[in-house]
Amino acid sequence: MSTVIAPAAFDQTALESLCALDPPWVADRRRAAFERFQSLSLPDRSDENWMRTELRLFKRSAWGPSVQPGPEAVEHEGILARNTKSFSENFLSPEAELSEPMRLAGQIVTLNGHLRRSRCDQLVASRGVLFGTPEQVMAVAGESMIRPHWFNAIDSGADMFAAMHAAFHRGGAIVFIPDGVRLEQPLHLLSCLTEGGTDLGHVLVVLGKGAEATVITETAGGGPAGSGPGGLHCGGIELIVGENASLRMVNIQNWNTGVWHFARQKAKVHSGGKLQWTLAALGSRLSQVAQDVALVGVGAHAQVNGVMFTEGRQQLIYNTLQHHEAASCISDLLYKGALQDRSRLVWRGMIKVDKSAQKTNGYQRSDTLMLSEHARGDSIPGLEIEADDVRCTHGATSGRVDREQIFYAQCRGLSADEAARLVVAGFFQQVFDRITIAPVREALAEAISERIRRIQ
Amino acid sequence: MSSGSEKLIVKDLHVAVEGKEILRGVDLEIGRGEIHALMGPNGSGKSTLGYAIMGHPSYEVTSGSIELIEADGTRRNIVELEPDERARLGLFLAFQRPMAIPGVRVADLLRHAVSNVRNPLRKEGQELIGMREFRQELRAKMSELQMDSEFARRYVNDGFSGGEMKRAEILQLAMLRPRFAVLDETDSGLDADAVRLASQSIAKIGGADMGILVITHHEQLLEHNIPLRTHVMLGGRIVESAGPELAAELHKLGYDRIRATYPDAAANEAAMSSGNRAEVTAAT
Repeated sequence: MSTVIAPAAFDQTALESLCALDPPWVADRRRAAFERFQSLSLPDRSDENWMRTELRLFKRSAWGPSVQPGPEAVEHEGILARNTKSFSENFLSPEAELSEPMRLAGQIVTLNGHLRRSRCDQLVASRGVLFGTPEQVMAVAGESMIRPHWFNAIDSGADMFAAMHAAFHRGGAIVFIPDGVRLEQPLHLLSCLTEGGTDLGHVLVVLGKGAEATVITETAGGGPAGSGPGGLHCGGIELIVGENASLRMVNIQNWNTGVWHFARQKAKVHSGGKLQWTLAALGSRLSQVAQDVALVGVGAHAQVNGVMFTEGRQQLIYNTLQHHEAASCISDLLYKGALQDRSRLVWRGMIKVDKSAQKTNGYQRSDTLMLSEHARGDSIPGLEIEADDVRCTHGATSGRVDREQIFYAQCRGLSADEAARLVVAGFFQQVFDRITIAPVREALAEAISERIRRIQ
Repeated sequence: MSSGSEKLIVKDLHVAVEGKEILRGVDLEIGRGEIHALMGPNGSGKSTLGYAIMGHPSYEVTSGSIELIEADGTRRNIVELEPDERARLGLFLAFQRPMAIPGVRVADLLRHAVSNVRNPLRKEGQELIGMREFRQELRAKMSELQMDSEFARRYVNDGFSGGEMKRAEILQLAMLRPRFAVLDETDSGLDADAVRLASQSIAKIGGADMGILVITHHEQLLEHNIPLRTHVMLGGRIVESAGPELAAELHKLGYDRIRATYPDAAANEAAMSSGNRAEVTAAT
């Protein structure tokens, strides 16, 4: 295929060609990360976070930064982009028929980490909002604005993939919302891959005091499962929610099923700040995601939502952390995953409460629904509490689609397939009810519904 | 067009569950517009007949037939049809214990159900009945049944009380307006007022257009739905059929006379229930 990119290697030459484009302080950080990268090997199963991850077929030497794809290379649409048709068949939201296609305040589209196009509403930009790829934003914003946050939240030395990302990141986005600015419409970053391409995008979102925004990242493309080259994503996301600010963040991972997906994501929520963070995952051959939320200021609030649908031989692994560092914070995590075929979904969640974080209210729950006998789901909740005046609860359920439910719906005239889709839609409803962005909810509902085959 | 000649005919029906015979030759004929009552002791096979008529996959028809006779005389054995195909032909079962479908609103299930049943050729993905029209109709039906319109937004049978489940079944009956309906103990779990309301509602929904088989232990549901025939099931067979006086007799005197009159069926009943006991023992 003409779009296949022969990868260079993740080596000194590639590093220096990236450093050449950077401000000096960014280049210095790359070089430090590169040293760390060279000293690390692939994570193995002795590491608790990786003990359920099958990495044997991942060949580090086969990958390198993608060069600029040619003009003929295909951009992918993403599932939100299709969100202009009617959703009359949608079980999940009867009001969906009335919803309008989503209007965006800005959009960035990258291919293999290279910018294809970006736009930002003039009115939005005039209010001091910065929105662009890191290269674009760093060209106009002062170092003092970006530097305190850049690779500050996530641990770029945590493992080989974290270091790879910190050394070779390219593309992604910086979103900077000044104090008190409230964006009504979402900002959208669509990261695409060509078959065999790599994406090492880095996303930094900073909300000033009292600011409000909705940011949606979405991934698409790469090669299918099988003997082809697939693709590689090794990314990072950092979210800084200022005092009394409110961020709605959505990450839709919808790579093709040949893509390796490694992601390290962390949010810091300051005093009185609110975060609604939704992870949706439909794609990739293997995903290993670290999703951390740190509640660092008194009275911060984080709601974390997970929507996962896996099929084929996909393997998705999530390690989540709700870290209560300050008093009187609320964290509430709900992951829901439906598994088809021989896919596997792992969720390992931890609520950590520091000694000073009295009056903590922490909750975590993961539900899985098996659509096949051969699928496997593991939910492993955990608590680590040092304060004494806290309320922390967790739960996990695993179930199958009940034949009696299918029969009941069939008795009402729904075909077995239609009934199965209805039951699965119902399973996700609880988490969809929490996602307050209708077009996202609808796009996910439709994408999942399309993937459900007959339940045996 | 006379709907009187449309019939549901069950002939010498034998049904087994997990290899164990439950129905041992049931014969029953219901005309559209007729009400029939089906009574019998627990475990005699009444619910099994309802499931078999709808085609529950665990209920295997080992012999006999279930035929639908159209007004023009066309006969069709429905035993091989999927449950949804039967629903689209105008059959309905009000469940004794309806399934909860968490996360699915009553209105959503009903909108799909109504779309399919009224347009039997509809395929998944094709247009549903219009939202406005559907909502109007649903609201009207709910107010007739004295149900709060909020009810439609609740998840199907999820956390419903026994009474709410039965009322939800009646609402579905009212919306789907089947040709033939089996009401499996739609009165159980309801208080006296609720049974009266259910009885009136069913009478209003049914009318001359619906053939109804009412499975019940009580007379009260029949108050507004005077059965043309009352049938008694024992040991997997209908052993006696008579007028409404039979329901009154059974209600007053129980099944001793029936057991004494039909010793073979009573022996089957004893065998079936001892089988049940054996299963329970094995499980504990």
